[in-house]
Amino acid sequence: MTDTATAGARPCFQLKGATVSLTALELHYFEIGPFEDTLRDKIRQAPGFFRDIPLIVSLEKYEGLTSELDFFQIIGICRRHNIHVAGVRGGNDDQRRLARNASLALLPASARREESVTEPAAASPEADMAPTTEAFQGPVAAKIINQTVRSGQQVYAPEGDLIILAPVQAGAEVLAAGNIHVYGPLRGRALAGVHGLESARVFCQSLEAELVSIAGHYKISEDIQDHGWKSAVHIQLKDDQLVVMSLDKA
Amino acid sequence: MAKIIVVTSGKGGVGKTTTSASISTGLARRGHKTVVIDFDVGLRNLDLIMNCERRVVYDFVNVIQGEATLNQALIRDKRVNTLYILPASQTREKEALTREGVEKIINELSETFDYIVCDSPAGIEHGALMALYYADEAVVVTNPEVSSVRDSDRILGILQSKSRRAELGQDPVKEHLLLTRYNPQRVERGEMLSVMDVEEILAIPLLGVIPESQIVLNSSNQGIPVILEDDSDAGQAYEDAVARLLGEEREHRFMTAQKKGFFSRMFKG
Repeated sequence: MTDTATAGARPCFQLKGATVSLTALELHYFEIGPFEDTLRDKIRQAPGFFRDIPLIVSLEKYEGLTSELDFFQIIGICRRHNIHVAGVRGGNDDQRRLARNASLALLPASARREESVTEPAAASPEADMAPTTEAFQGPVAAKIINQTVRSGQQVYAPEGDLIILAPVQAGAEVLAAGNIHVYGPLRGRALAGVHGLESARVFCQSLEAELVSIAGHYKISEDIQDHGWKSAVHIQLKDDQLVVMSLDKA
Repeated sequence: MAKIIVVTSGKGGVGKTTTSASISTGLARRGHKTVVIDFDVGLRNLDLIMNCERRVVYDFVNVIQGEATLNQALIRDKRVNTLYILPASQTREKEALTREGVEKIINELSETFDYIVCDSPAGIEHGALMALYYADEAVVVTNPEVSSVRDSDRILGILQSKSRRAELGQDPVKEHLLLTRYNPQRVERGEMLSVMDVEEILAIPLLGVIPESQIVLNSSNQGIPVILEDDSDAGQAYEDAVARLLGEEREHRFMTAQKKGFFSRMFKG
């Protein structure tokens, strides 16, 4: 008997290394009520984003008692909201034993200190989602949209940039992991860097947006009226503040 | 093959049924065999505006459910003999409009008619989706106010994603903007959006501008499609719109305050 696949027969499967981006739920403490309320609140803000995603429970910032950590409850609550808990990251030996009992995969604590993108008030749903892995293999093709994005429509570029060669109407929503370019008026909501990329920017020909967000830091229409309104601008994050800059300085 | 035109808006009360009545009458008056279908199951109105409410025996839902044939349900207009009306059911639920049932009827009508005008109910629910699903062209009825424009934008998005043409990856539904209840004086005073504002936001070709007019209300109440009021500004505006729908070039009228003043002086009772 050998381990190698016998000559001629095609092996049933092949194992390959894969790098995927996951959402981590950074648990501070666990109580059923507040946990579910917070989760429901987050989902309500971006329902499409959370549907059927895998989730890692990160224990690195866990401050509660180990005895309060009920993974069966966490899995159950998440499942009710169509989120699949895949495993835990970090935690001490006792916590990891509990996770194992709940059939969760165990991931090592992240070596690199993640830049915290959480801030209490101005956090949009995507704010505290830092990707667990950031291995970047070459450029990702930008998603290009030629048609007007109408009220009620949502366009999402989950990996790279989003380029729209038409207006984004009031009541529409455009989201991208990277930058967002709108070659037309931006009248709806634009959320760039939804996975926490703080260097993401938003570019548009005419700023008339309901909301602009970069890596979870956002400004609503009211706050951007004074600067660059109805003109060509780009918006970037500087010291945790959204800064609007004119594109036509000539 | 008939051309299928949906008259839709998202928002209620903007003039969909008035427009459906006038456009179908206008098409028929030019000799095209036309049928207008009321998709507003439960809130039947088209028969009133077409003045055939006393002649309704069978309706759209009866035909879908096989309780009557199309010929039994179709009502021939008394004024324009190439025009037929398929009334909605007043007693059923909108869910009675099944996709297969609607398709069967549209296909059957397609064989003998030149134009099928679908009068959509308000909203973006089942009835409205059924009305627009089979459309080749769409007349998006919009009032010059922000909420109506927003709802029209929503409907345009739905036309682009949920119509049969979108699902089959065919050429998109041809979109037309019809601005109704337009009052140039109020636009000048800044109380209404201008034609330019609405065109700029929705970014679809303008089919026509129907001025706000007492005639529209009067003729609705009497069961006369406005387009038959040949002397009125609103009637002429609908006639222009029908001509443009058929590909004719016509200059837009009734968009400035002076002209409106002139007409309202002439025709206000």
